[in-house]
Amino acid sequence: MLDKNKLDWIYNKLFTIRFFEERIKKIAKEKSVPGYLHTCIGSEAICVGVMAALNKDDWISSTYRNHGHAIAKDCNLNQITSEIYGRSTGICKGRGGSMHISDFDRGMLGSFGIVAAGPPVVLGAALQEKINNGSKNSVSFFGDGAIHNGAFHEAAGLAKLWNIPMLFVCENNGYAEATATDWHLNTKELSDISKAYDMIAYSGNGNDVFEVFNLTNKALKESRNKQTPIFLEFKNYRFSGQYEGDTQLYQPEEEIENAKKNDPIKLAIDNAKNHNLTKDDIEKYKKNALDTVNSAFDFADTQPWPKGEDALEEVYVNYPREVN
Amino acid sequence: MPIKTVKEAINDALVQSFENDKNVILMGEDIAGGKGREQYRGTQDAWGGPFGVTQGLFTKFGGERVRDTTIAEAGFFGAAVGAAMTGLRPIVELMYVDFAGVCFDQMMNQAAKVRYMFGGKQKVPMVVRTVVGAGFRAGSEHSQTLYSLYTHIPGLKVVAPYDAYDAKGLLLSSIQDDDPVIFMEHKRLYMTSCEVPDDLKPIPLGKGKIRKNGSDVTIVAIQRMNLFAEEAAKELENNNISCEIIDPRSYSPLDEDLIYTSVKKTGRVIIVDESNPKCSLASEISSLISENCFSDLKSGVIKITAPHTPVPFSPPMEDFYIPSSKKIGNAAKELLNA
Repeated sequence: MLDKNKLDWIYNKLFTIRFFEERIKKIAKEKSVPGYLHTCIGSEAICVGVMAALNKDDWISSTYRNHGHAIAKDCNLNQITSEIYGRSTGICKGRGGSMHISDFDRGMLGSFGIVAAGPPVVLGAALQEKINNGSKNSVSFFGDGAIHNGAFHEAAGLAKLWNIPMLFVCENNGYAEATATDWHLNTKELSDISKAYDMIAYSGNGNDVFEVFNLTNKALKESRNKQTPIFLEFKNYRFSGQYEGDTQLYQPEEEIENAKKNDPIKLAIDNAKNHNLTKDDIEKYKKNALDTVNSAFDFADTQPWPKGEDALEEVYVNYPREVN
Repeated sequence: MPIKTVKEAINDALVQSFENDKNVILMGEDIAGGKGREQYRGTQDAWGGPFGVTQGLFTKFGGERVRDTTIAEAGFFGAAVGAAMTGLRPIVELMYVDFAGVCFDQMMNQAAKVRYMFGGKQKVPMVVRTVVGAGFRAGSEHSQTLYSLYTHIPGLKVVAPYDAYDAKGLLLSSIQDDDPVIFMEHKRLYMTSCEVPDDLKPIPLGKGKIRKNGSDVTIVAIQRMNLFAEEAAKELENNNISCEIIDPRSYSPLDEDLIYTSVKKTGRVIIVDESNPKCSLASEISSLISENCFSDLKSGVIKITAPHTPVPFSPPMEDFYIPSSKKIGNAAKELLNA
């Protein structure tokens, strides 16, 4: 049985991510923030379930669809929102934007806009832990579209060859951009891809936060004990389009309706009684999450813009003359 | 004469090339879109690429010639090299030029070199269509121009059109060309429009264009920078400064004569490039001018470029990053002590 603190954390995060992304969808429609926005509605259980199994300072990499990962990694919500608004108090000082929300102090190696850029970088962090006898876990998040990219395969091969404990976490959300997974997949199951590297692989229901949590816990232990990488596939559904503004014409209505039956938030609410949580508890989580989200957006909206010249900062650690 | 956007002009050139040559094929990520869901809502061609540029091609020409790929650029770029060597004329779409890194080897070491290395027997008639440019608030990994990255490589040709007329004429040429061509489309120009005749002939690669005649200062403007050059030139008329605007349009080959003729006339040069300054098109053109027109110069060449930083996301910083008509105007006034 999970302790109450953990349960509180899980439910608060699930609702925070959902409410945050719903608000992002709204401001995207109003076009009140600059740039590309990719929301993760439908991925909440994966973000929260995996992160619930990790320690605060464990290493992860994320992608352009990173809001949920950053929130579940306990990045500051005000700073996340401020970054999306392009303000100077943003988590990346306004330099990254929505596609690159990441806080190194929370163990985030980066949120990369290039598909499959993350796995090799996480391999490197895991290698460092191995060489230094470190204790941090290393987890790379990527989508089903990334499994065709060379960078993923090269990282998988090296991780297995070098006996590196790390997790390759694939969010199989049914679509690689606008292309359906059942069209682009060459293997019967996505996780079969790991067979080429003789890598242990597990598949789980990415809509069930507790299944994600348990499977991740199990994989982390096994990966460490056997000193080996493990491939985790979590199946879910991408309710959002590839980006906000995507017409989603390729996502059939009946498919969306079917997927709603397994909505991760709905499942978590249904599961609440198994964890001795009452309706009141759920309402409290919801209220708390909504308040947190609302105050983050209120905060961001009042934050100062960076100055143009701030663009010149921190290109290098050291540079013998000013960048200009 | 019909008015077309850059986006429409590119689509027209693609359709025309598909109709004229059955060996022309197109490969890329979601260039049709909706793969695997064709049975629903008639969603073939759901995207036409992220900017809708290739919309309609799948429906018109079918999946054999218009091929959606997985996110595996090294794979389909390499395939384009092989297909081009053996008789097809593949066009591949690199969704953003920022993704060059994942398939640069195929361009740098295979497409560019096979003809030379293997004794001149092969040709690689392929086109890489790619999207460049800042000003979209798209952050560091979706906003670069990287013109000089490809221009540096012997064996590759590099084209970067400004308006719809040139986009169509240069794309027709690029597809007919027997060498690998990098065709760069600026995302902030897609919706700009001008007159484009339906029967426009291919525009030869390596021929620049004088966008405005003038006598006091030459502005060499690269792709979207022509917009700012035109704005600045208009403003400078109030100061009695007459600008000549040169749009090289293609960077390898480069129309050096057009630039030198103008510089010899005006004796003053401003080069405007949206890229980072080091080893850029601006520095290349500047060096060519000082080598070839030194005695004609009345003052040093001025380069206006982005700073030596990645493209920042936040609007004030990104606006600072991109060259402006104001910067061009100030530079011209300084040159003429106006």
